[in-house]
Amino acid sequence: MIVEALIHLVKVLLVIGFVMNVAGLLTWVERKQSAVMQDRIGANRADIFGFRLIGLFHPIADGLKMITKEDFIPPGGNRFLHTMAPFAAFFPALIAFAIIPFGDVLRVGGRIIPLQVVDFNVGVLYLLAVGGMSVYGVVLAGWSSNNKYSLLGGLRASAQLISYEITLGLSIIGVLMVFQTLQLSEINRLQGELLFGFIPKWGVVVQPLAFLLFFTAAVAESRRIPFDQPESESEIIGYFTEYSGMKWGMFMFADFIETVTVAGVATSVFFGGWQVPYLFADGFHFPWGSIVALPHLAVILLQVASFVFKVLFFCWLLMTIRWTLPRFRYDQVMRLGWKYLLPLSLFNILATGVVILALQAL
Amino acid sequence: MDTAFPLFLMLLFAGGLAGAMLAMGEFIGPKRLTSIKLEPFECGSTPIGPGRQRFNVKFYLVAMLFIIFDVEVVFLYPWAVIFRDLGVFGLVEMACFIFILAAALVYVWKRGALEWE
Repeated sequence: MIVEALIHLVKVLLVIGFVMNVAGLLTWVERKQSAVMQDRIGANRADIFGFRLIGLFHPIADGLKMITKEDFIPPGGNRFLHTMAPFAAFFPALIAFAIIPFGDVLRVGGRIIPLQVVDFNVGVLYLLAVGGMSVYGVVLAGWSSNNKYSLLGGLRASAQLISYEITLGLSIIGVLMVFQTLQLSEINRLQGELLFGFIPKWGVVVQPLAFLLFFTAAVAESRRIPFDQPESESEIIGYFTEYSGMKWGMFMFADFIETVTVAGVATSVFFGGWQVPYLFADGFHFPWGSIVALPHLAVILLQVASFVFKVLFFCWLLMTIRWTLPRFRYDQVMRLGWKYLLPLSLFNILATGVVILALQAL
Repeated sequence: MDTAFPLFLMLLFAGGLAGAMLAMGEFIGPKRLTSIKLEPFECGSTPIGPGRQRFNVKFYLVAMLFIIFDVEVVFLYPWAVIFRDLGVFGLVEMACFIFILAAALVYVWKRGALEWE
């Protein structure tokens, strides 16, 4: 009983530690990668005893600086809501990762430990519910700031978030129709099967259109360029204009955590999660017949490494998209969401249904 | 125990972390407020009128459309999970449902509710 509770505790701390550390590193990656892409040197000034370590101390320096900054609450604003808004942005972004499996079942000393914090049988619904909560932080921040620009930014952000949530929900349905379950661990396990004996049955292989729709909507949900209308610095400044110090830092951090979460969801629903192609519970079974047997622990380590690698790859992809594309205009954002992505995602569901039934009838 | 306890732990730690960050910002930072500093920042010009003004009715429209289509998504989830058992009958039924909603989308589209100037 106590051992089990301890195992749960370790898993929770592992996941939170992973997400927070990757998000913290991403603040550095964003600056360094943009610098490299724009032929600058980038963040490299923070040093400890003269060691600069290519600017890796910057996240720590940023954190310390934000904590020691003056905390400002606008006098005309709502004190309580103004304080709760960063919480409401930060909290759901962090707990969403609880549902994502980072490996298969670990067997140690007669114990069976699923490498996942919570294994809900309605995991995908939990993901959408928690993802939907992130609207509150944005709209509360805009409303409680007593600033016309913040209000406008908050309204734009909430309209954008709820528009793209529909596409987000509809695009995952195609995957659910293929795998017939809402449980993420089960979806991950089923993605280990092989199509025609050699193609891994990953979500992106069976639902390529759904992946494109999901990824576009997910970038919009994480409010990053090209969908960063809500914060567009050069036009309306955005919903956190009246925030300073650590509260502003929490909004910024929630953005990076959302990036990690989006990468995690894209990995586990569409890119096989912890699956390594041709790796089964007892080792590699290649389609040309050769078998490489591996011990259980090595298999689990390979799976976790594969998951982490895929998540980092998607983080990198999101960063690259952010520094490659210009920002959309607001009417373009809404037009893309309602007039292109929504009809396409409805079409994807019908097409998936017809194809699955046709394959069954054959 | 298998799902509720780890979820509770996750909520506890995530909430504690967020609360600690809020509290640190609140207590560690200096407090030297002046009347100029307390003004809302509106690009340097003096604010006119209250901060919360009337805003475009379009935002309500988007919220209402969201509710309609989000309910549709919720209806589709249980159907998607047992889709293979329902077979052709299930697909035809759901196709009717989706076409009615697509008709609603076309209507909203034609009435100009999705246009932003």
